[in-house]
Amino acid sequence: MKPNKAKHFRSIFAHIVLIVLSFLCLFFFYILIVNATRSHAELQKGFSALPGTHFLDNLKNVAKDGSFPMIRGIVNSLIISASSAAICTYFSSLTAYGLYAYDFKMKKAAFTFIMAILVMPTQVTAMGFLRLITKMGMYDSWLPLIIPSIASPAVFYFMYSYLESSLPLSLVEAARIDGSGEFKTFNYIVLPIMKPAIAVQAIFTFVGSWNNYFVPALIIQSKNKMTVPILIATLRGADYMNFDMGKIYMMITVAIVPIIVIYLFLSKFIIAGVTLGGVKE
Amino acid sequence: MKKKKRTVSYAKWGYIFILPFFITYFIFSLIPLADTVRYSFYEYYRSGIKEIGPNFVGMANYASLLKSDMLQYGANTLILWIIGFIPQIVIALVLACWFTDARLKIRGKQFFKVVIYLPNLIMASAFAMLFFALFSTSGPVNSILMSIGLIHTPIDFMGSVFGTRSLIGFMNFLMWFGNTTIMLIAAVNGISVEIFEACDLDGCNSIQRFLYITLPMIRPILAYTLITSIIGGLQMFDVPQILTNGQGNPDRSSMTLIMFLNNHLKSKNYGMAGALSVYLFIISAILCFIVYRMTNDSDPDGSKKAAKKAAREERRRRK
Amino acid sequence: MKRRAISLLLTVAMGVTLFAGCGSASKGSGDGADASEGKVINIYSWNDEFRQRLEAVYPEVKETSDDGTVTTLNDGTEIHWIINPNQDGVYQQKLDEALGRQADAAADDKVDIFLSETDYVFKYTDAAADVAMPLKDLGIDCDKEFADQYDFTRTTASDADGVQRGSTWQCCPGLLVYRRDIAKDVFGTDDPEAVGEKVKDWDTIKQTAAELKEKGYYTFASYADTFRLYGNSIDNSWVEPDGDQVNVDQKIMNWVDDSKEWLDNGYIDANIKGQWNDDWNKAMGSQSKVFAFLFPAWGIDFTLKPNWDGADGSWAVTTPPQEYNWGGSYIHAATGTDNPEHVKDIILAMTADKDNLLKISKEYSDFTNTKSGMQEAAMDDATYASDFLGGQNPFAYFAPVAENIKIAPLSSYDQGCVELIQNSFSDYLQGNVDFDKAKTNFETSIEERYPDIKQVNWPE
Repeated sequence: MKPNKAKHFRSIFAHIVLIVLSFLCLFFFYILIVNATRSHAELQKGFSALPGTHFLDNLKNVAKDGSFPMIRGIVNSLIISASSAAICTYFSSLTAYGLYAYDFKMKKAAFTFIMAILVMPTQVTAMGFLRLITKMGMYDSWLPLIIPSIASPAVFYFMYSYLESSLPLSLVEAARIDGSGEFKTFNYIVLPIMKPAIAVQAIFTFVGSWNNYFVPALIIQSKNKMTVPILIATLRGADYMNFDMGKIYMMITVAIVPIIVIYLFLSKFIIAGVTLGGVKE
Repeated sequence: MKKKKRTVSYAKWGYIFILPFFITYFIFSLIPLADTVRYSFYEYYRSGIKEIGPNFVGMANYASLLKSDMLQYGANTLILWIIGFIPQIVIALVLACWFTDARLKIRGKQFFKVVIYLPNLIMASAFAMLFFALFSTSGPVNSILMSIGLIHTPIDFMGSVFGTRSLIGFMNFLMWFGNTTIMLIAAVNGISVEIFEACDLDGCNSIQRFLYITLPMIRPILAYTLITSIIGGLQMFDVPQILTNGQGNPDRSSMTLIMFLNNHLKSKNYGMAGALSVYLFIISAILCFIVYRMTNDSDPDGSKKAAKKAAREERRRRK
Repeated sequence: MKRRAISLLLTVAMGVTLFAGCGSASKGSGDGADASEGKVINIYSWNDEFRQRLEAVYPEVKETSDDGTVTTLNDGTEIHWIINPNQDGVYQQKLDEALGRQADAAADDKVDIFLSETDYVFKYTDAAADVAMPLKDLGIDCDKEFADQYDFTRTTASDADGVQRGSTWQCCPGLLVYRRDIAKDVFGTDDPEAVGEKVKDWDTIKQTAAELKEKGYYTFASYADTFRLYGNSIDNSWVEPDGDQVNVDQKIMNWVDDSKEWLDNGYIDANIKGQWNDDWNKAMGSQSKVFAFLFPAWGIDFTLKPNWDGADGSWAVTTPPQEYNWGGSYIHAATGTDNPEHVKDIILAMTADKDNLLKISKEYSDFTNTKSGMQEAAMDDATYASDFLGGQNPFAYFAPVAENIKIAPLSSYDQGCVELIQNSFSDYLQGNVDFDKAKTNFETSIEERYPDIKQVNWPE
């Protein structure tokens, strides 16, 4: 009976830890939503744990402000983040597969190179990046926000580790014997196996792109191309007459909704407990 | 002969598959990077709206950075990273084990799995805004602590070095532990069920199972987590930036390397920023090399080494 | 006024024509402007403040698009509003880039008008940078057109040689705003004149602070509240023209010493660290023990009022211990503009037309840049009395302050110096570092912000 008791204790302990952690995680959403229901004046006076009555007012203020394209911003962010996530995961998988499944002379060099650039902080190249974008005529466009995500060393490395642990090369051989072309093998055999890894990295990339402020703020200029973080910064930088904390919290809340929906949608892949890899030896 | 030809024709595909990555990287990162490195040898900045330079100054930028408080900021970054990372990796490992342990029945597993990643969805800047309000001297955390009688005078969280650093570490932990957990769960799920079953049959307890099966098996992903976390730590910026209004107060003790870099970018000091970037690059490369070596040790239990030794013995004997 | 300007322009144009024979220099200042006047006026700003005021008073405005990005004028010219957030210096960064491209930009992409704030106005009016046109080159006779403006606003918008390169519609003299109930409790009266006597200079206010302290009140909320008063009265600019050294003025060190003394004596709430945070906001509520704040017009209406949770009429204003100015947005004509005529007309209409300015004062509570107008407002209790201040007419107090403001000599380094010195010494005032460490921290952060500064000089 002793192991059972220990197991029981372990289970209770696990639940307590999980509940505390979940409380911490949800608490901030609660605060955010509470703050979004309070007027600027109430917010200025300090914190309250109880919701206020200004939810609709704030929502109206955000949505109806003609000079502040909230819906537009969310749509823009959706397009940019979704495209980034899609091409980032696809090309990272492709690169990882290319380095994992094939033998070629530059293989080792290419891998070492990617590992070396993995550590490069993005801020390092920001100024040169901006100059380059301007020269290429891509200033104030979405392309420089999307295309560079093709080369994401970190995502590549994740995909590579994943392939290492879950794609037996025998499977690729088998496909070849069946007469499948290389691209077809990748698209129809390898990609499905990588689904869980792609789902995980798609969420991460999407969130990263959605919340990115630094680069879009440098590049985007036109109001109708602005993304959500820039809009929030614009609100926060508003002059004293239009400065409205309730509006800011509401905007943050509104901005979180789409991303949560997408997260819940994608998280099914992970939570369903898809085991890594298609074939186990 | 035939076989060799086949290998050659496949190699072509390897190049094709990795080409998009390298082209993109070359254009969008390498060219700007070359710019950065080049300017690190120049005196090049804006004074007001006037541009000064670029004048070639050799290693002067590097030298003057060494004389600045750069090392102190490096230490700050390291401390902040450790405060946030140690609990993050520990909790993530524990959670990943719990979630994947079939014997441990956790109610609402799905719910917990979904919830722990949520903090990562909020923008760091918005998160820091909330923290700032919660932990201010007259904020709710202080009033709760006072009302339950734990403290008598409000704690000045953001006024002390320890308080500020702990808050930053705590925020980083909260934002990233879910991310790490998800990654580790994916890794543990990749371990074949039979291995666990065999282990159970052998009667090993959860701790043994964790140490001897889980940990070695998820090593590649663990290495990935460590490396990305180190990079993330080196790049730590928005949380301390917003929590301390970009000052790294008190006494610049929460100033991270990227905040330092940001200060140079803000003053449009391309030369100095370039030199600092190069330093940053070297530091992170060294760190990652060490971690990569440590975790990708291809010979975890010494068996290969033993085999090699045996082979050598064999050869010697043959001679 | 407008007619005069046009005739002046004609004279210039004629002059140019006279000399045209001597070469092909006919592309001079005002000439050719009408013919080649562009179709798009690009205005760079960090918020909608200027747009709203322009829409309200500029007679040429026809309509503004729903998203606020394009305003069409009656003659078909479009104003394109390029708004970037002030947050993280994005506004100045984008403006600087655009100004850097100015020479090569297509006519309709050129910056025509841009705005700046007092803290960094000198960065753009600097003669060597030459990004803001001298207004006289637009054909504006500054001394005549701006005669009714407050002198210090003209000084602020001028380069080191006194050439005016910008103009503002607003002027931000500050007052001391105090709680009437606390005044009654401590002094037995809440009469602004009597309270004004109690806070008339720094020595008097220190004694008053002791009185307030005895009854358990703080005089001010935070040490940052008083900074502007000291900072505005420095004798020498932070950096001499063409200098590479920051000179910390004795007045600034007085601020540090006085703040320390006030904190140690308990005249200021030590828990409130700086401005614009929750604790500071709360100090404006009815539960707070803080007696007074130092605010210009906008501060009273948009900061104090939303934070106050008691009845109207609980606050009153009086003359502060020292005249000061807090805030203000300047309008500049960008060098290279392709719409000099429009730009000139907008600047004159927005900053030199008394009727327009009074209208802005009425609609937006700005204290506007017209001496005679503000004197009228000071007398006109019926229009300008404030319910929030218990029927007091604040303009009666603002106007004399505005007239006595002497703006400190400016440099293009002001924004950083002012921000960084407060940050560095905040640590000292909060007891985190000692005095010398705070000095070193200031020196370090200055070197980071301004690579061309070689040395920081402290007063003896």
